[in-house]
This record gives sequence, C-alpha cells and structure tokens, in this order.
Amino acid sequence: MTGVLLRAARVTRRFGAFTAVDDVSMGVHPGEVAGLLGANGAGKTTLIRMLLGLIPVTSGRVELLGGPPDRERRRRLGYVPQGLGLYGDLTVRENLSFSARAYGTAEPVLPPALTGYADVLVRELPLGAQRQVAFLAALAHSPDVLVLDEPTSGVDALARAALWDTIRAQAERGAGVLVTTHYMQEAQQCDRLLLMSDGRLVAEGSEADIIGSTTAVAVRTGDWAQAFAALNAAGAPVMLAGRAIRVANADPAELAGVLRAAGIEASLQPVPATIEERMLMLSRQARAS
Amino acid sequence: MTYSVRSATVRFGPAVALDDVTVEVPAGSVVAVVGGDGAGKSTLLRTLAGEISLDGGTVQAPPKQRLGYLPASSGSWAALTVTQNIDFVAGIYGLAGDELAARRAELLDRAALTPAAGRLAAQLSGGMRRKLGFVMAIVHRPDLLILDEPSTGVDPVSRIDLWRLASEAAASGAAVLMSTTYLDEAERAAHLVVLDGGRVLVQGSYDQVRAGFAGALTQADQPVRAEWSWRRGRVLHEYWPGGDPPAGTAIVAPDLEDIVIALSLARRNAMPS
Repeated sequence: MTGVLLRAARVTRRFGAFTAVDDVSMGVHPGEVAGLLGANGAGKTTLIRMLLGLIPVTSGRVELLGGPPDRERRRRLGYVPQGLGLYGDLTVRENLSFSARAYGTAEPVLPPALTGYADVLVRELPLGAQRQVAFLAALAHSPDVLVLDEPTSGVDALARAALWDTIRAQAERGAGVLVTTHYMQEAQQCDRLLLMSDGRLVAEGSEADIIGSTTAVAVRTGDWAQAFAALNAAGAPVMLAGRAIRVANADPAELAGVLRAAGIEASLQPVPATIEERMLMLSRQARAS
Repeated sequence: MTYSVRSATVRFGPAVALDDVTVEVPAGSVVAVVGGDGAGKSTLLRTLAGEISLDGGTVQAPPKQRLGYLPASSGSWAALTVTQNIDFVAGIYGLAGDELAARRAELLDRAALTPAAGRLAAQLSGGMRRKLGFVMAIVHRPDLLILDEPSTGVDPVSRIDLWRLASEAAASGAAVLMSTTYLDEAERAAHLVVLDGGRVLVQGSYDQVRAGFAGALTQADQPVRAEWSWRRGRVLHEYWPGGDPPAGTAIVAPDLEDIVIALSLARRNAMPS
C-alpha cells in the first residue's frame, strides 16, 4: 500500500456560527503512527468524524484510501472510539463474533490474557481487558487504516505498553494509524505529531517541531510554595515539576524581579519546554484573543 | 499536621483491595497515588475520606467538615448550574451571603470558570466539569483534600489548571492526596505512591524512587526474554533485576514509566502461575 491512506485537504466544518475545524490539511501514511493532539474542543473529534465519513465537510475534501469515505472503503478501516463501541451485555466471544460477521472475516483467536474471559459479559471485565477486546474487534479484518480515540485512557502502565505493542505491530505490517491522546508520554511514542488548537492545525512534525520556539525557565528555591504563589499572582504560566517550578515562555530577568520583590531567593535556569507547555501557551493566546 | 493510613487492609468479600498499605500525607504537599484500573487507588482515597472502614490498620484523617473529596465520578450535579452547584455545597458548610459571594468569585476566577458560571454542569466540557468538582471540594478550605483521578480523560491544558489549583491548595497549607493514571503527572508530586494489586510497589519522591531502582534496563529491537520486555516507541525495553544484561546491549536510564512497568513485571513474574 503506497500513498496517503487518510487525507484532509483544506477541510472546514461549521456548526451554525461556530467553526469547529478551520482549513485543516493533513495526511496519514502507510506504516506510520500519527498522533493528534489538542485541548478538549480543539476540533480533533470533529476532524476524525469527517475523515471517517460520519459527518459531511462544510468545505474542502476528505479521502479515505484514495477516495470518498464510503461504505466500501470503510470496510478496510478499524476504529476504536473512546467509548470502545462494545456491547456490555454480550460476552467477549459474542462481541467478537458479531464484529467478525459484520466485516465478513474469521473470528479472532483470543490471546492468553483473555482466554479466561471468553464467556464473561464485557461490562464485568476490568477496563484494561475491555480495551484489549475492543482492539481485537477492530483489528480482526487487518484494516489498512486504524483510528484510535484515546486508546489507553485509565489503564495501567503495563497494559498500556501491551496496547502500544499492538499499535506498533499494525504500523509495522503497513497500516496507517491515527491516535488521539492526552498523554504526553504516549505522544512521544508516535512517529509524527499533529497539534490542533481552536479548530486549526497549528504545528506538525516531531516533538521538537511541535515545541518550536517555546522555552521554559526552571525556578529552584528553598520555599517552592512561596515562590509559586508570588509568580502565580504576577500572572506567569506557572507549572510544578516535583518541587521545582517551571514557567513557560518567560523572561528569566523578569521572573527574578518578581521573586526579588517578594523577598525570595531562587536560581533560574532556561530549560527545554514540554509539549504541554506549548499547548498552555497556545490556549492562553486563544483566551486572550 | 500529617494525615495517614498505617498498615491498612481492606477486603471486599474474598478480594483484598488494600494489603498492608502505609501512606502519609503531610500538610503543605501533594502526594500522588499511581496505578491502573483495580490497583486500589480509589479504595485508598475512600479510606482516608471515611467512606470505607478498614479490616486492619489505622487511619488518621480530619473530621468530615475539614475534609474535601472529589470522587472519581463527576462530583457535581448535571442539572444545576455552575453557581448553583458551588452554592449548594458551600451551604452545607455554613458559607453564605457576602462571604460566599467572595469565595465563589475567587474560586471561579482561579479555575477559569467565570465565563461559564451560568451554564448547566451537563453542558461543560470534561475538563471544565472536573474543575467545577475541584472547586466544590475546596470551597470550605479543607485541611485534607482528596482528589480521585481529577485529570483522567482531561486535556493537558485543563490538567495544568487542575495541577495549579491542587498545588495552590498545598501552598496554602492543605494536605493534598490525588490519584492519577498519568505517570508523567505523578513525577510532579512531592511524594508518589505506586499501587499494584492493592499493595505498594514503591513510594517516595521521584528522585528517591529513581535512586532506589535496582537492576538494569536495556534497549533493543528484539527481546532476549520476552516476559521481561515491553515496548517504548519503536524499540523494546527489557529489565534485568540482577543487573546482569548480556555484554554489548545498550543500557538506558529508566523514567517513571519504565520503573513502574519493571517493578510490576518483577512482581508478576515472581508469582506462581
């Protein structure tokens, strides 16, 4: 499979006077895991729903597997929504045979971790096991495109690593994967990141590309609580890392002035910003405008 | 003041939800409890909130009226507005009149919820709804603030708001105990407690947890022992509890995610199957 599997070309979607997605162009290629990031309300879900053909675009064009996202092309798509899309009142085996019949494929073999659950109702399973079942159901037909909305929310570190194993295996056999996540360590597992803010695609590329020119200052002081209160009162975008304070896009001299005025001794050091800090700066810009 | 549970054991029928757990929450700091679904996080928090009684051990917590608790469910009433939700809870603690109006305005401002004051809770985004729950838990300036997964499913920007609110509460003297499934977030807490299957896997400051991690971590494309390896991005990490990886393999420095997975594997691989 070559070319772009999933593409948006200058796509806009309005709901009444509200523009949910604003002139977005992006693509997902075979063999890659693309991470879609953005605050709640940034337009991620609306963009996905258009890419999957679940809602129409207001303007622009979406392509799934080189054409409109119609029923035939959607057969080659695997989708795990945030709510997992399983039937809680059916057992694991019943859920899997239902989706296998819907896609006209063979029923998947249960992995060792799930064999004990075959005849258990899905709603009685731990969340981590439910996610594994949802993945199995979405992957049984070896889709060319896989779309995962917050795939590992609420599961423990070990289960999360196992789910990522599955995600990477899909990319390695050539599928294109689009993942939304709020988990920054998870974002770092993606090959490429797409950052949305206020309906627009504002940055694209590696973690370094996303962070761009955003910088941060680490503030180290004996009394972090006092320093935190002083900087916060001065309107600085303050964060905590353990007992160290971080301030995104700040001028060290200006911060030093605020701390000195409050009678606080501290050492200030410029450090690389994080993706979260970049998102914080974007949302502050949006709030201000 | 330090609140605590000591040697706490909680059973639900035959299941042991907490097994000999000791955790301290000192005033003025944020303690983060980490673990997956079923690790015992909520049970631990509810024990300190006085919602569950212990089968063994002791709990030291302030009286109910000095305690703030945000449960894992939304923590607000969908059919009430933001203002109505806050006023209802404030009323339970005897807050009224000008004092209430001033406190409400201050908290709405700090949580960036002022523009949403008249909206029904049902119409808020997930992040805003959690911030409202937080405001309701803190309206009476509690001595111990307990937050059950305030940030699960919440976007990073609202998560930063929630962390700012929690650290402000600690900075003004409250003891704050919060649970999370986000390990990068837990690194920020002064003290973190990793739970797995009702037991403490490890606890301490992030630096202490890192310093106390025994064994070696390697990175490769193929695992040597599949049962000791896990995926990080395009590569696999593998844990050598005895610190004896084969010569020539690349050693990596573990982050909290690696440490938690390695310790979980060590515990699971040690269990009779």
